Amino acid sequence: MAGWDRNQMAARAAEELEDGMYVNLGIGIPTLVANYVGDKDITLQSENGMLGMGPFPFEGEEDPDLINAGKQTITELNRTAYFDSALSFGMIRGGKIAAAILGAMEVAENGDLANWMIPKKLVKGMGGAMDLVAGVKRVIVVMDHTNKAGESKLLKSCTLPLTGTGVVDRIITNLGVLDVVEGGLRIVETADGVTEDDIRAATEATIVN
Amino acid sequence: MKKVYDSADAALDGILKDGMLIAAGGFGLCGIPELLIDAIVKSGVKNLTVASNNCGVDGFGLGKLLDTKQISKMMSSYVGENAEFMRQYLSGELELEFNPQGTLAERMRAGGCGIPGFYTKTGVGTVIAEGKEVMQFDGEDYILERGIFADLSIVKAWKADDTGNLVFRKTARNFNPPAAMCGKICVAEVEEIVPRGELDPDMIHLPGIYVHRIVQGEHEKRIEQRTVRKREEA
Repeated sequence: MAGWDRNQMAARAAEELEDGMYVNLGIGIPTLVANYVGDKDITLQSENGMLGMGPFPFEGEEDPDLINAGKQTITELNRTAYFDSALSFGMIRGGKIAAAILGAMEVAENGDLANWMIPKKLVKGMGGAMDLVAGVKRVIVVMDHTNKAGESKLLKSCTLPLTGTGVVDRIITNLGVLDVVEGGLRIVETADGVTEDDIRAATEATIVN
Repeated sequence: MKKVYDSADAALDGILKDGMLIAAGGFGLCGIPELLIDAIVKSGVKNLTVASNNCGVDGFGLGKLLDTKQISKMMSSYVGENAEFMRQYLSGELELEFNPQGTLAERMRAGGCGIPGFYTKTGVGTVIAEGKEVMQFDGEDYILERGIFADLSIVKAWKADDTGNLVFRKTARNFNPPAAMCGKICVAEVEEIVPRGELDPDMIHLPGIYVHRIVQGEHEKRIEQRTVRKREEA
């Protein structure tokens, strides 16, 4: 069973984006999605207060007043707009952001998402994740299909504290693409060299046709 | 109406009290009121509750007020970059109230607009909703969140005029306007105070009505995650 690597998952996630979309990308594999948007006119939001996020600066051109939501130094574009964090989450909560592409620890077959806290480990906080999943039009999760122990991260119900309930629309894993539908998850696409049976075998959540 | 003070110490004189609620601007170490934080450290005021998205890093920003144990409670969305924070939190010395980032920003904005509560979908069905009133609007659940009315706001802006009109720079704006708005008294530190008339009235980010005291000073502006690309990639 082959499947997609991180970059192939990011490239597949980029196919979800359409010309003209305002999009928020999470930390990790979702950040790589920006490398694969090609000619599409996509505006990236950084929830600390920016639309039109540019690439990392060249060495020596870092500006401490210009960072992304991961606190990394970035650059602006000729379309960039800055605003305060209340307005930034106003546009998130107000459904103005077309899509968020996020990592996850667990997704349940009803669309519940857990990606902010592991009990008994150090608690860092949810940041803007709860606002994003509650507010944006479409939530796309990009994550490995199984955890390090080989257990499914697509579950009948989440075991970790939730970030949001019934919020996930689509899941892109190293094995393929699944949608959250009535009654469970539906396989939309399989990764290179992966069969639907492979996905079923690696998935705890109910797979519906 | 004299709003301009010579130093951060002078700008906070007579305001600080043990047990007060302070709203602080900044995101990570970007746009934080570093001079006012230093002055609060010097004052020795204690048992503070601080509403701020983050709590600085070890030894810088609000992290300095943790080192001196002047903070007893934080209202934040993300506190992952601070070992002393974790130590005090896990030992029970420090109380922590997690707020989703947008909820925290809106709670500040609401307080500054005289709104004691608002309903939001953020956090419905999660631990954040525990103990909060749930209301249905058009068939969907929302939870009640309270506006924050702080005793004091401390913020950082780029430029001010002497009437307190503020202009911020790039993403250093972040929580500063909502934090400024929700305080009974707001003290702003800026990189430059310009003469009246020099700021374009159409380009003021926060009108001076929300700002009571101003101090100009030098800022370290530490970078938390320096990330660059190589020139060859251009």
